[in-house]
Amino acid sequence: MTRQQVLDLYFLDARHKLIDLAAFVDRVERSEGKADFRMEAFYQAAKVLAGSQPDKAATTLNVFSDPTTEPIEAATTKAACGAWPGGAKTADASRP
Amino acid sequence: MRYIEPHGHMVSRTTDDYAAMAAAGCAAVCEPAFWAGFDRRSVDGFYDYFCQLTEHEPKRAAKFGLPHYSWLCINPKEAEDLKLAEEVLSIIPEFIDKPNVLGIGEIGLNKNSRNELKVLEMHIDLAAARDQLILVHTPHLEDKRKGTRLILDALKNDPRIRPERCVIDHVEEHTVKMVLGEGFWAGMTLYPESKCSPSRAIDMLEIYGAERIWMNSACDWGVSVPLAVPHAMLEMRRRGHLADWIDQVVFGNPKAFMEQSPHFPLAAAGTDTSK
Repeated sequence: MTRQQVLDLYFLDARHKLIDLAAFVDRVERSEGKADFRMEAFYQAAKVLAGSQPDKAATTLNVFSDPTTEPIEAATTKAACGAWPGGAKTADASRP
Repeated sequence: MRYIEPHGHMVSRTTDDYAAMAAAGCAAVCEPAFWAGFDRRSVDGFYDYFCQLTEHEPKRAAKFGLPHYSWLCINPKEAEDLKLAEEVLSIIPEFIDKPNVLGIGEIGLNKNSRNELKVLEMHIDLAAARDQLILVHTPHLEDKRKGTRLILDALKNDPRIRPERCVIDHVEEHTVKMVLGEGFWAGMTLYPESKCSPSRAIDMLEIYGAERIWMNSACDWGVSVPLAVPHAMLEMRRRGHLADWIDQVVFGNPKAFMEQSPHFPLAAAGTDTSK
Protein backbone atom coordinates (compact mmCIF):
# COMPACT_ATOMS: atom_id res chain seq x y z
CA MET A 1 0.00 0.00 0.00
CA THR A 2 1.08 3.58 -0.54
CA ARG A 3 1.45 5.88 2.47
CA GLN A 4 -1.74 7.63 1.40
CA GLN A 5 -3.60 4.31 1.39
CA VAL A 6 -2.20 3.31 4.78
CA LEU A 7 -3.28 6.63 6.27
CA ASP A 8 -6.71 6.47 4.66
CA LEU A 9 -7.25 2.99 6.05
CA TYR A 10 -5.74 3.31 9.53
CA PHE A 11 -5.34 6.95 10.62
CA LEU A 12 -8.72 7.36 12.32
CA ASP A 13 -8.31 4.05 14.15
CA ALA A 14 -4.80 4.99 15.32
CA ARG A 15 -5.96 8.47 16.37
CA HIS A 16 -8.75 6.88 18.38
CA LYS A 17 -6.30 4.53 20.12
CA LEU A 18 -3.82 7.33 20.85
CA ILE A 19 -6.47 9.53 22.48
CA ASP A 20 -7.62 6.54 24.50
CA LEU A 21 -4.03 6.12 25.71
CA ALA A 22 -3.81 9.81 26.61
CA ALA A 23 -7.05 9.54 28.58
CA PHE A 24 -5.68 6.45 30.34
CA VAL A 25 -2.58 8.39 31.42
CA ASP A 26 -4.78 11.26 32.63
CA ARG A 27 -6.84 8.75 34.64
CA VAL A 28 -3.76 7.21 36.24
CA GLU A 29 -2.29 10.62 37.07
CA ARG A 30 -5.56 11.86 38.61
CA SER A 31 -5.70 8.82 40.88
CA GLU A 32 -4.08 8.52 44.32
CA GLY A 33 -1.31 5.98 44.81
CA LYS A 34 2.34 5.08 44.58
CA ALA A 35 4.56 4.94 41.51
CA ASP A 36 4.27 1.67 39.63
CA PHE A 37 6.82 -0.17 37.51
CA ARG A 38 4.20 -0.75 34.84
CA MET A 39 3.75 2.98 34.27
CA GLU A 40 7.51 3.50 34.25
CA ALA A 41 7.72 0.99 31.40
CA PHE A 42 4.69 2.57 29.74
CA TYR A 43 6.28 6.05 29.69
CA GLN A 44 9.52 4.56 28.35
CA ALA A 45 7.63 2.71 25.62
CA ALA A 46 5.67 5.84 24.68
CA LYS A 47 8.94 7.53 23.78
CA VAL A 48 9.50 4.91 21.08
CA LEU A 49 6.54 6.26 19.10
CA ALA A 50 8.16 9.63 18.51
CA GLY A 51 11.66 8.24 17.88
CA SER A 52 13.32 7.83 14.53
CA GLN A 53 14.27 4.15 14.81
CA PRO A 54 12.54 1.47 12.68
CA ASP A 55 10.74 -1.58 14.12
CA LYS A 56 8.77 0.42 16.67
CA ALA A 57 6.40 -2.44 17.52
CA ALA A 58 9.28 -4.82 18.34
CA THR A 59 11.12 -2.09 20.25
CA THR A 60 8.02 -1.32 22.30
CA LEU A 61 7.54 -5.01 23.12
CA ASN A 62 11.19 -5.24 24.16
CA VAL A 63 10.76 -2.34 26.59
CA PHE A 64 8.15 -4.38 28.46
CA SER A 65 10.13 -7.65 28.30
CA ASP A 66 12.15 -9.53 30.93
CA PRO A 67 15.76 -8.84 29.90
CA THR A 68 17.26 -11.83 31.78
CA THR A 69 18.24 -15.08 30.09
CA GLU A 70 18.29 -17.79 32.79
CA PRO A 71 15.22 -19.76 33.97
CA ILE A 72 13.81 -18.60 37.32
CA GLU A 73 14.04 -21.02 40.25
CA ALA A 74 10.29 -21.61 40.54
CA ALA A 75 7.05 -20.11 39.29
CA THR A 76 5.20 -18.50 42.18
CA THR A 77 2.33 -17.28 40.01
CA LYS A 78 0.81 -18.26 36.68
CA ALA A 79 0.07 -14.69 35.66
CA ALA A 80 1.90 -12.09 33.63
CA CYS A 81 1.30 -8.41 34.27
CA GLY A 82 2.49 -6.80 31.04
CA ALA A 83 5.77 -5.29 32.20
CA TRP A 84 8.86 -6.82 33.78
CA PRO A 85 8.60 -6.15 37.50
CA GLY A 86 12.29 -6.66 38.18
CA GLY A 87 11.50 -7.41 41.81
CA ALA A 88 8.08 -5.92 42.30
CA LYS A 89 5.06 -8.23 42.47
CA THR A 90 1.92 -7.05 40.76
CA ALA A 91 0.14 -9.51 38.54
CA ASP A 92 -2.98 -9.41 36.45
CA ALA A 93 -5.53 -12.20 36.67
CA SER A 94 -4.86 -15.42 34.83
CA ARG A 95 -4.70 -15.72 31.09
CA PRO A 96 -5.25 -18.91 29.08
CA MET B 1 -13.22 -18.22 1.45
CA ARG B 2 -12.01 -21.35 3.21
CA TYR B 3 -9.69 -21.41 6.18
CA ILE B 4 -8.34 -23.78 8.81
CA GLU B 5 -8.49 -22.89 12.50
CA PRO B 6 -5.15 -24.36 13.59
CA HIS B 7 -5.52 -23.47 17.28
CA GLY B 8 -8.93 -23.39 18.96
CA HIS B 9 -9.84 -24.62 22.45
CA MET B 10 -13.27 -25.77 21.45
CA VAL B 11 -14.03 -27.57 24.71
CA SER B 12 -14.46 -24.04 26.11
CA ARG B 13 -16.72 -22.82 23.31
CA THR B 14 -20.39 -23.13 22.56
CA THR B 15 -22.06 -25.09 19.81
CA ASP B 16 -23.03 -21.74 18.29
CA ASP B 17 -19.32 -21.06 17.78
CA TYR B 18 -18.98 -24.27 15.78
CA ALA B 19 -21.92 -23.21 13.62
CA ALA B 20 -20.50 -19.73 13.08
CA MET B 21 -17.05 -21.07 12.19
CA ALA B 22 -18.47 -23.57 9.70
CA ALA B 23 -20.63 -20.86 8.14
CA ALA B 24 -17.58 -18.59 7.82
CA GLY B 25 -15.69 -21.18 5.76
CA CYS B 26 -13.79 -23.15 8.38
CA ALA B 27 -12.61 -26.45 6.85
CA ALA B 28 -11.03 -28.00 9.96
CA VAL B 29 -10.32 -27.13 13.56
CA CYS B 30 -7.27 -28.20 15.56
CA GLU B 31 -7.33 -28.21 19.36
CA PRO B 32 -4.20 -28.26 21.52
CA ALA B 33 -4.43 -29.42 25.12
CA PHE B 34 -4.30 -26.48 27.51
CA TRP B 35 -4.89 -25.20 31.01
CA ALA B 36 -8.52 -25.38 32.11
CA GLY B 37 -8.37 -22.15 34.09
CA PHE B 38 -7.84 -24.14 37.28
CA ASP B 39 -5.30 -26.79 38.25
CA ARG B 40 -6.49 -30.35 37.76
CA ARG B 41 -6.00 -32.31 40.97
CA SER B 42 -4.75 -35.60 39.55
CA VAL B 43 -3.78 -37.48 36.44
CA ASP B 44 -7.36 -38.74 36.26
CA GLY B 45 -8.51 -35.24 35.31
CA PHE B 46 -6.13 -35.33 32.37
CA TYR B 47 -7.29 -38.81 31.38
CA ASP B 48 -10.84 -37.53 31.11
CA TYR B 49 -9.67 -34.41 29.24
CA PHE B 50 -7.75 -36.50 26.70
CA CYS B 51 -10.87 -38.64 26.20
CA GLN B 52 -12.82 -35.43 25.60
CA LEU B 53 -10.25 -34.22 23.04
CA THR B 54 -10.01 -37.50 21.15
CA GLU B 55 -13.54 -38.91 21.38
CA HIS B 56 -16.23 -36.42 22.33
CA GLU B 57 -15.10 -33.16 20.73
CA PRO B 58 -14.65 -34.67 17.23
CA LYS B 59 -18.28 -35.83 17.37
CA ARG B 60 -19.47 -32.35 18.41
CA ALA B 61 -17.54 -30.76 15.53
CA ALA B 62 -18.72 -33.36 13.04
CA LYS B 63 -22.31 -32.20 13.50
CA PHE B 64 -21.26 -29.08 11.60
CA GLY B 65 -19.16 -30.89 9.02
CA LEU B 66 -15.95 -29.88 10.72
CA PRO B 67 -13.05 -32.34 11.01
CA HIS B 68 -11.57 -31.96 14.50
CA TYR B 69 -7.94 -32.69 15.40
CA SER B 70 -6.18 -32.52 18.73
CA TRP B 71 -2.77 -32.24 20.39
CA LEU B 72 -1.85 -33.74 23.78
CA CYS B 73 0.27 -32.57 26.70
CA ILE B 74 0.27 -31.08 30.17
CA ASN B 75 0.26 -27.32 29.77
CA PRO B 76 3.25 -25.36 31.13
CA LYS B 77 0.92 -23.63 33.60
CA GLU B 78 0.65 -26.97 35.41
CA ALA B 79 4.29 -27.95 34.97
CA GLU B 80 5.61 -26.78 38.32
CA ASP B 81 4.45 -30.11 39.83
CA LEU B 82 6.97 -32.54 38.36
CA LYS B 83 5.31 -35.66 39.78
CA LEU B 84 1.95 -34.77 38.20
CA ALA B 85 3.69 -33.93 34.93
CA GLU B 86 5.41 -37.32 34.87
CA GLU B 87 2.11 -39.07 35.52
CA VAL B 88 0.38 -37.16 32.72
CA LEU B 89 3.19 -37.86 30.28
CA SER B 90 2.90 -41.55 31.13
CA ILE B 91 -0.71 -41.74 29.87
CA ILE B 92 -0.17 -39.80 26.63
CA PRO B 93 1.06 -42.90 24.71
CA GLU B 94 -2.35 -44.47 25.32
CA PHE B 95 -3.93 -41.65 23.27
CA ILE B 96 -1.22 -40.71 20.80
CA ASP B 97 -2.38 -43.10 18.07
CA LYS B 98 -6.01 -41.99 18.20
CA PRO B 99 -7.07 -41.01 14.68
CA ASN B 100 -7.47 -37.28 15.36
CA VAL B 101 -4.20 -36.72 17.27
CA LEU B 102 -1.63 -34.60 15.42
CA GLY B 103 1.16 -34.49 17.97
CA ILE B 104 2.39 -33.05 21.26
CA GLY B 105 1.12 -29.61 22.23
CA GLU B 106 0.70 -26.98 23.30
CA ILE B 107 3.89 -27.43 25.28
CA GLY B 108 6.32 -24.68 26.16
CA LEU B 109 6.91 -22.30 29.04
CA ASN B 110 4.76 -19.94 31.11
CA LYS B 111 6.92 -18.18 33.72
CA ASN B 112 10.20 -19.62 32.41
CA SER B 113 10.95 -21.68 35.53
CA ARG B 114 13.37 -24.58 35.88
CA ASN B 115 10.58 -27.13 36.37
CA GLU B 116 8.67 -25.81 33.36
CA LEU B 117 11.84 -26.27 31.34
CA LYS B 118 12.27 -29.84 32.62
CA VAL B 119 8.71 -30.71 31.65
CA LEU B 120 9.21 -29.10 28.24
CA GLU B 121 12.27 -31.30 27.72
CA MET B 122 10.27 -34.38 28.76
CA HIS B 123 7.62 -33.52 26.16
CA ILE B 124 10.28 -32.93 23.50
CA ASP B 125 11.76 -36.34 24.29
CA LEU B 126 8.34 -37.99 23.99
CA ALA B 127 7.65 -36.26 20.67
CA ALA B 128 11.06 -37.19 19.28
CA ALA B 129 10.81 -40.80 20.42
CA ARG B 130 7.44 -41.17 18.68
CA ASP B 131 8.20 -38.92 15.69
CA GLN B 132 5.37 -36.55 16.56
CA LEU B 133 4.74 -32.99 15.41
CA ILE B 134 5.17 -30.33 18.12
CA LEU B 135 3.01 -27.29 18.82
CA VAL B 136 4.59 -24.79 21.22
CA HIS B 137 2.96 -22.18 23.43
CA THR B 138 5.23 -19.20 24.10
CA PRO B 139 4.81 -17.22 27.34
CA HIS B 140 2.66 -14.16 27.84
CA LEU B 141 3.57 -10.49 27.76
CA GLU B 142 6.82 -9.64 29.56
CA ASP B 143 7.87 -13.32 29.67
CA LYS B 144 7.54 -14.00 25.93
CA ARG B 145 10.90 -12.90 24.54
CA LYS B 146 12.99 -14.73 27.14
CA GLY B 147 10.74 -17.80 27.04
CA THR B 148 10.82 -18.03 23.27
CA ARG B 149 14.62 -18.01 23.33
CA LEU B 150 14.71 -20.74 26.00
CA ILE B 151 12.20 -22.86 24.05
CA LEU B 152 14.07 -22.61 20.75
CA ASP B 153 17.30 -23.56 22.53
CA ALA B 154 15.62 -26.58 24.17
CA LEU B 155 14.30 -27.78 20.81
CA LYS B 156 17.63 -27.27 19.09
CA ASN B 157 19.44 -29.11 21.89
CA ASP B 158 17.71 -32.34 20.85
CA PRO B 159 19.29 -33.50 17.55
CA ARG B 160 16.21 -35.61 16.73
CA ILE B 161 14.00 -32.54 16.45
CA ARG B 162 13.45 -31.09 12.99
CA PRO B 163 12.40 -27.43 13.12
CA GLU B 164 10.10 -27.83 10.12
CA ARG B 165 7.97 -30.19 12.25
CA CYS B 166 7.56 -27.67 15.08
CA VAL B 167 5.28 -24.64 15.16
CA ILE B 168 6.08 -21.90 17.67
CA ASP B 169 2.82 -20.18 18.45
CA HIS B 170 1.85 -16.73 19.74
CA VAL B 171 4.78 -14.95 18.04
CA GLU B 172 4.82 -11.17 18.05
CA GLU B 173 7.05 -8.59 16.43
CA HIS B 174 9.93 -9.17 18.86
CA THR B 175 9.98 -12.98 18.46
CA VAL B 176 8.84 -13.76 14.91
CA LYS B 177 12.24 -13.11 13.37
CA MET B 178 14.12 -15.56 15.62
CA VAL B 179 11.47 -18.27 15.12
CA LEU B 180 11.40 -18.10 11.32
CA GLY B 181 15.13 -17.42 11.10
CA GLU B 182 15.93 -20.69 12.87
CA GLY B 183 13.73 -22.76 10.56
CA PHE B 184 10.63 -23.23 12.71
CA TRP B 185 7.03 -22.53 11.75
CA ALA B 186 5.41 -19.51 13.41
CA GLY B 187 1.84 -19.04 14.60
CA MET B 188 0.29 -15.62 15.13
CA THR B 189 -2.59 -15.51 17.60
CA LEU B 190 -5.31 -12.92 17.06
CA TYR B 191 -6.50 -11.77 20.49
CA PRO B 192 -8.47 -8.67 21.43
CA GLU B 193 -6.31 -7.71 24.45
CA SER B 194 -2.95 -9.39 24.08
CA LYS B 195 -0.80 -11.16 21.51
CA CYS B 196 -1.64 -9.88 17.97
CA SER B 197 -4.29 -7.78 16.28
CA PRO B 198 -5.18 -8.67 12.68
CA SER B 199 -3.42 -5.54 11.39
CA ARG B 200 -0.21 -6.38 13.25
CA ALA B 201 -0.32 -9.98 12.05
CA ILE B 202 -0.70 -8.83 8.45
CA ASP B 203 2.19 -6.39 8.95
CA MET B 204 4.37 -9.35 9.94
CA LEU B 205 3.25 -11.31 6.90
CA GLU B 206 4.11 -8.37 4.64
CA ILE B 207 7.52 -7.94 6.29
CA TYR B 208 8.62 -11.56 6.72
CA GLY B 209 6.64 -13.27 3.95
CA ALA B 210 3.92 -15.91 3.94
CA GLU B 211 6.11 -19.02 4.23
CA ARG B 212 6.00 -21.27 7.34
CA ILE B 213 3.52 -19.02 9.13
CA TRP B 214 -0.16 -19.16 10.04
CA MET B 215 -2.71 -17.26 12.07
CA ASN B 216 -5.18 -18.58 14.61
CA SER B 217 -7.80 -17.40 17.08
CA ALA B 218 -6.72 -19.59 20.02
CA CYS B 219 -10.30 -19.12 21.16
CA ASP B 220 -10.79 -20.44 24.69
CA TRP B 221 -12.50 -19.59 27.98
CA GLY B 222 -10.84 -16.15 28.11
CA VAL B 223 -11.42 -13.00 26.07
CA SER B 224 -11.09 -14.33 22.52
CA VAL B 225 -12.87 -14.35 19.16
CA PRO B 226 -13.59 -17.67 17.41
CA LEU B 227 -13.99 -15.85 14.07
CA ALA B 228 -10.73 -13.92 14.41
CA VAL B 229 -9.20 -15.60 11.36
CA PRO B 230 -12.05 -14.71 8.95
CA HIS B 231 -11.96 -11.18 10.34
CA ALA B 232 -8.24 -11.05 9.53
CA MET B 233 -9.01 -12.35 6.04
CA LEU B 234 -11.35 -9.38 5.58
CA GLU B 235 -8.54 -7.09 6.75
CA MET B 236 -6.20 -8.64 4.18
CA ARG B 237 -8.75 -7.98 1.44
CA ARG B 238 -9.10 -4.35 2.61
CA ARG B 239 -5.35 -3.99 2.12
CA GLY B 240 -5.66 -5.30 -1.41
CA HIS B 241 -4.13 -8.73 -0.96
CA LEU B 242 -5.12 -11.27 -3.57
CA ALA B 243 -7.30 -14.28 -2.88
CA ASP B 244 -4.51 -16.78 -3.61
CA TRP B 245 -2.18 -15.14 -1.08
CA ILE B 246 -4.87 -15.09 1.59
CA ASP B 247 -5.70 -18.72 0.85
CA GLN B 248 -2.06 -19.70 1.29
CA VAL B 249 -1.88 -18.03 4.70
CA VAL B 250 -5.15 -19.24 6.21
CA PHE B 251 -5.60 -22.60 4.47
CA GLY B 252 -2.54 -23.78 2.54
CA ASN B 253 0.02 -23.13 5.26
CA PRO B 254 -1.73 -24.84 8.18
CA LYS B 255 -2.68 -27.70 5.84
CA ALA B 256 0.95 -28.09 4.73
CA PHE B 257 2.20 -28.21 8.31
CA MET B 258 -0.49 -30.53 9.62
CA GLU B 259 -0.18 -32.90 6.64
CA GLN B 260 3.19 -33.90 8.04
CA SER B 261 1.06 -36.00 10.39
CA PRO B 262 -0.50 -39.11 8.84
CA HIS B 263 -3.61 -38.29 10.88
CA PHE B 264 -4.43 -35.20 8.80
CA PRO B 265 -6.04 -36.51 5.60
CA LEU B 266 -8.05 -33.34 5.03
CA ALA B 267 -8.49 -33.73 1.29
CA ALA B 268 -9.20 -37.44 1.55
CA ALA B 269 -11.93 -36.70 4.08
CA GLY B 270 -13.81 -34.77 1.44
CA THR B 271 -13.48 -31.48 3.26
CA ASP B 272 -11.12 -29.75 0.86
CA THR B 273 -13.76 -27.17 0.04
CA SER B 274 -13.41 -24.98 -2.99
CA LYS B 275 -12.43 -21.36 -2.60
